[in-house]
Amino acid sequence: MIDNHILAPVFVNLFAAIIQLMFWRKTVTQRFLSVGGSLLGLLVAIRLFNKVYHGGILTMNASNWDAPFGIVFVADLLSVTLVLLTSIAAFAVSIFSSIGLSRQRMLYGYFPIFHFLIMGLHGAFLTGDIFNLYVYFEVIIISSFVLMTLGGRKAQLEGAVKYMAMNILASTFFLTGIGILYGITGTLNMADLALKIPSVQNKTLVGITSCFFIIGFGIKSAVFPLYYWLPSSYHTPPSAVAATFGGLLTKVGIYAMLRVFSLIFIPDDFTRNLLMVIAVLTILTGVFGAVIKTNIRRLFSYLIVCHIGFMVGGIAMFSKIALMGAVFYLIHDIMVKTNMFLIAGLIRQLRGSMDMNKLGGLYKDYPKISLLIALVLFSLVGIPPLSGFWPKIMLFQEAFSQQQYVFVIALILGSFVTLYVIAKMWAQVFWKNPPIQDNIDDKFAPMQPYKKILMVLPVGILATATLYIGLNAEAIAKIADQIATQLIDTRPYIEAVLGKGN
Amino acid sequence: MELLLVLVIGLLYAAGVYLILRRSMVKLLLGIMLLGNGTNILIFLLGKITKGKPPVIDEAYKVFQEIYADPIPQALILTAIVISFGLTSFAIVLLKRVYALVDSDDLDDLNTPEEEEDL
Repeated sequence: MIDNHILAPVFVNLFAAIIQLMFWRKTVTQRFLSVGGSLLGLLVAIRLFNKVYHGGILTMNASNWDAPFGIVFVADLLSVTLVLLTSIAAFAVSIFSSIGLSRQRMLYGYFPIFHFLIMGLHGAFLTGDIFNLYVYFEVIIISSFVLMTLGGRKAQLEGAVKYMAMNILASTFFLTGIGILYGITGTLNMADLALKIPSVQNKTLVGITSCFFIIGFGIKSAVFPLYYWLPSSYHTPPSAVAATFGGLLTKVGIYAMLRVFSLIFIPDDFTRNLLMVIAVLTILTGVFGAVIKTNIRRLFSYLIVCHIGFMVGGIAMFSKIALMGAVFYLIHDIMVKTNMFLIAGLIRQLRGSMDMNKLGGLYKDYPKISLLIALVLFSLVGIPPLSGFWPKIMLFQEAFSQQQYVFVIALILGSFVTLYVIAKMWAQVFWKNPPIQDNIDDKFAPMQPYKKILMVLPVGILATATLYIGLNAEAIAKIADQIATQLIDTRPYIEAVLGKGN
Repeated sequence: MELLLVLVIGLLYAAGVYLILRRSMVKLLLGIMLLGNGTNILIFLLGKITKGKPPVIDEAYKVFQEIYADPIPQALILTAIVISFGLTSFAIVLLKRVYALVDSDDLDDLNTPEEEEDL
């Protein structure tokens, strides 16, 4: 069904950014515009989700060029779910950054760039053209470079060099893959590619091309041999920026993998084994990296890597239940990981440090905030009935029925060591007595009450979303079930784009 | 012509990868640029360097075969060049700033321990 409202989330953020540029250096106006724009974006995303959930896949042809010739935007359930989650996360982060960020960063255009980033994310989720996906990836990485370097501290710039080099390299691999793909099929429309790839004679070339995509998306989503840029850069920018990055940017890589490997390259045995090996090693390196870190944000960075492995494993098994697990985990992970970095920023505001050795006694001083944080930590670990538990059950079940015992072991190990790391963090940050009493730099206590509320509110919003995902798991499982069905049987997607005749 | 382009692409990719693996920041930048150019030529080559490939019209109709080439690879390369121009200019400024702060061209020196100023 043709519907021009698909692009509304993209346009809301684009115009939010442009209008903010008109109020350059007027930070108070920009703050209101940013929160307002994110709220509007959220409402538009909810409306789009409702339309697609009840009415089926929507498409839009840019400039009314028919599907394989022009650029097409497709809103299937996977896309709109991710658009909705991105909007929720963006709303929370924009509230948090309007209070928590230093004025210096706002003066140099933090908010417009933030909205350009969110626009890129929405576009990447909604596009149905693989070169357009590349362009949106570039929008995302250019915005993220600026966000990462904004402020210009030494550690930040050093992290940005690693981040920049790896991400440009990933784009080059992705573009090389697109070039070869166009050479062998003569089309860039993803639905059209899905029809033309099976009839290509040279299967080896198709396999090699798919490897380019694995490497490109692998760098973006930080899987095993390609992950090291993430822990060495994500701890450097302000927490609000790190929250956007940690919650959303790596997940775009996973989304692209899900899309490309369900639609264009149906995984054969080689790809599945490769992805499985990557998944297992990603989980192990991520989780053992997290054990030795004492800085909270570095610890969270390694946990991002670890949990990416769960989703890649789900894609590797490529059955309905495995994909359900991967999609459910994706939904849970966006909410929780964004929140984790916001929490790190909150802890920094409460105590003036993010080093576990220098922290302590938070529970005694702020019991209510601590309990809210505990809820998020429990969801991350996957204590039933919270949100991290349900997708893991699906992944376990499928790993057993496919006899992927190594993955089962990695899953168990990954979950338990995550539990250990989080328990250690809880004990160190919240329960233990603070090491030196007189050295606490509490910026939170002298704040005005409305600022205190706005500081905790985003964490509360995301925690509520997590709680909803956990307690109303049936509804989320239904959505994940539909998404997995659409990923395995791509017929409806192709028909929606190219018309019934094909 | 094809063979020449294939050799050029191979050379650009190889040189790009070699330069990226060096420890110098300038060589990293040059490597990224060479890889980008290699990719552009790759797209150009894989779009088939022939005339008779007019856009949209089916091959069976045999019209416009003398004049028109396939415009899509050119559009793709144009987009890719513009994007990589933006990325490269950003990268140059970033590396210059880093050089001014760290006072070293060596990528292995980029390991300042945590400094926490605001949030």
